[in-house]
Amino acid sequence: MGKIKILISGNEAIAQGAIQAGCNFYAGYPITPQNELIAYMAKNLTQAKGVFIQAESELAAISMVYGASAAGARAMTSSSSPGISLKQEGISYLAGAKLPAVIVNIMRGGPGLGNIAPAQSDYFQATRGGGHGDYQTLVLAPGSVQEAYDLTQTSFDLADKYRLPVMILGDGILGQMMEPVTLSARKIKVLPLKSWALTGCRGRKPNIVKSFFLREGDLEKFNLELQKNYALIRRQEERYEALYLKDAKIILVAYGSMARIAKSALMQLRGLGKKIGLIRPISLWPFPQKPFQLKNKKIKFLVVEMSYGQMLDDVRLAVCGRQKVEFLGRSGGGVLNEEEIIKKVRELVSS
Amino acid sequence: MIERIIIAGSGGQGVMLLGKVLAQGAMLEGKQVTWFPAYGPEVRGGTSHCMVTISDTEIGSPYIAKADVLIILNNPSLEKFKSRLKNKGLLIFDSSLGLIKPSKLMEIIQFPFTEIALKLGNIKVANMVALGSYLSARQVIKPAHILEVFQFLAPAGNLKILEINRAALEEGERL
Amino acid sequence: MRTFKRPESLYDNSTHYCPGCGHGIAHRLVAQVIDELGIREKVIGVAPVGCAVVAYDYWNFDCSEAAHGRALAVATAIKRVHPENIVFTYQGDGDLAAIGTNETIHAANRGENLTVIFINNAVYGMTGGQMAPTTLLHQKTSTSLEGRNAALHGYPLKISEMLALLPGVCYIERVAFDSPQGILKAQQAVKLAFENQINNLGFSLVEILSPCPTYWGLNPKAALDWIQEVMKKEFPLGRLK
Repeated sequence: MGKIKILISGNEAIAQGAIQAGCNFYAGYPITPQNELIAYMAKNLTQAKGVFIQAESELAAISMVYGASAAGARAMTSSSSPGISLKQEGISYLAGAKLPAVIVNIMRGGPGLGNIAPAQSDYFQATRGGGHGDYQTLVLAPGSVQEAYDLTQTSFDLADKYRLPVMILGDGILGQMMEPVTLSARKIKVLPLKSWALTGCRGRKPNIVKSFFLREGDLEKFNLELQKNYALIRRQEERYEALYLKDAKIILVAYGSMARIAKSALMQLRGLGKKIGLIRPISLWPFPQKPFQLKNKKIKFLVVEMSYGQMLDDVRLAVCGRQKVEFLGRSGGGVLNEEEIIKKVRELVSS
Repeated sequence: MIERIIIAGSGGQGVMLLGKVLAQGAMLEGKQVTWFPAYGPEVRGGTSHCMVTISDTEIGSPYIAKADVLIILNNPSLEKFKSRLKNKGLLIFDSSLGLIKPSKLMEIIQFPFTEIALKLGNIKVANMVALGSYLSARQVIKPAHILEVFQFLAPAGNLKILEINRAALEEGERL
Repeated sequence: MRTFKRPESLYDNSTHYCPGCGHGIAHRLVAQVIDELGIREKVIGVAPVGCAVVAYDYWNFDCSEAAHGRALAVATAIKRVHPENIVFTYQGDGDLAAIGTNETIHAANRGENLTVIFINNAVYGMTGGQMAPTTLLHQKTSTSLEGRNAALHGYPLKISEMLALLPGVCYIERVAFDSPQGILKAQQAVKLAFENQINNLGFSLVEILSPCPTYWGLNPKAALDWIQEVMKKEFPLGRLK
């Protein structure tokens, strides 16, 4: 099969990427702006002989993903902000039972019911575990429809490799926008053997999938095991794109859809001879530390978000006081445009 | 080259499809392209719109604040979007319900796309007449690529749909 | 000659349950039926959150934990992924009929080919004897100190009767651990509920009225009498579907 290029929305690309990666179980509940994803799964996952269930709630959907993953399936669910809040129960249980799963959050404005416009205000929730307990999910933030397709496939591999839930964090722009995508001819690999999965105990001792450790000391021991895994992920899974860092005096920091807009502002400014750079974190947890280790104290970072400053905290931690970190953000449906970013950069240049 | 196009009309006029056909044509042309819809409750009833950006280089926001081209198929959409056209931009307008006055601020191309579609035998292809008119006005996408998109989108074996869309496109180009 | 011995599906462990509790009996019945049907190597159990949260410490087959109330969502997925396996949930009244009502109704309504063992002891045991959805009127608990009051707390929830209305449901029966005969009857019901799944007949649920002497404030014998004299009046035994 040769490479095929199609025009497809971010929601559909994530669904197609999942099927391509061998996802064989999806449970979800409708919510805007991710409905194209669930519809695509209803049609195409079923055709691919996978299991599709429209659940009675997000709570049920994430617990179905838990059950499917416990049974050894490559399982996924998707939702948008208010629905992801409901799924936090199950995400914590997935982490506690060391179950791989892929969870997609196509973020919209909040808090509460908010609105259906694009937003990036669930960054804290996504990168700080989100539910109860000492756990992390690996969080990937695609910046284009092609990357959404590619990273969804990667996320299934990472979930299996590290046995933890992986979150794809996008927003209404990424989910709704159509762009050309080159479909990979990647064959669905033989999936990794899961000796811990529930399949019936023929010829072996029973497997138990659980997150409950009542005996004194057991939970602490288990938590330290999780921490060891997280430390390994921190060392191995930082992902980012960096542009023009060598001579940059001001470095924009943005992820997902916002990074696209920041990049166009950057290109315009570069065209005018301004020394501007860009760091686009692709893994939000682990947050990339490497590109921020810059010696020149005169550099300024400008964090640009569709929120009132959430990733900002991680940038400050990475920069660790060496340089100034400035912020520009809009939320609640407000999306910064190139001109607003350029204006702020000009202010920083002259200040 | 970058061209930002807002396409708007009433629900059922096929503005989303117009945008998708145009975007796929741009993809076949080898351009970078984004298609971005209005989504949620606002797509049910009232006006409907989508935004198509075509470029030789990487596209930032798919959201269009100021458009180079407006393709407008009804009056409420004109009211909603006319201020979003940049100075000296191109307005392509369906004049079936009346002509609009010339303006120094914009270039206007107006034809009765709906009436033309009715004469062709299917009111639903007014969107493709408008698309044809855009193709000949801007010359960004070759009509051959749009015809290729029709081939791809038409239900297998349904030559009638293919033919009427082709006729609509060609009629639009001739205007 | 038949000897009364421990089923293979049950580990040789002593349980953590209180004296006179019904869970030990229910665990054994499930294990015995699984042995009789020869399905131990095909079974996957889903344990609840409640007193039976560590049921997998007693059962010798594959098991999963579920979040409180979500056992039937978890079981739905396991069964859909492995239709050839035999999947059951074991849930208390708080799990199945309060926090998990939604999951219960919808799994039943989808006609999931699952077996449900529903332990109704009219009280929250694990957390210290609070009022349950199935707590009887006038029954005193740590959160209904003067007894359950319909005006304040509503009525005992008859979830089995509700589920019997759903076309997706194959079999529902209510039994009671109030006597040796009751236990034998319960065993037959549990067996039928598993056989239905083996025969692909759909959603089957056995509700067991089960003693909780500790939080009923009764000795074990008096607890059995209370099931016979009081509880069965509110929750009549028999096949509901």
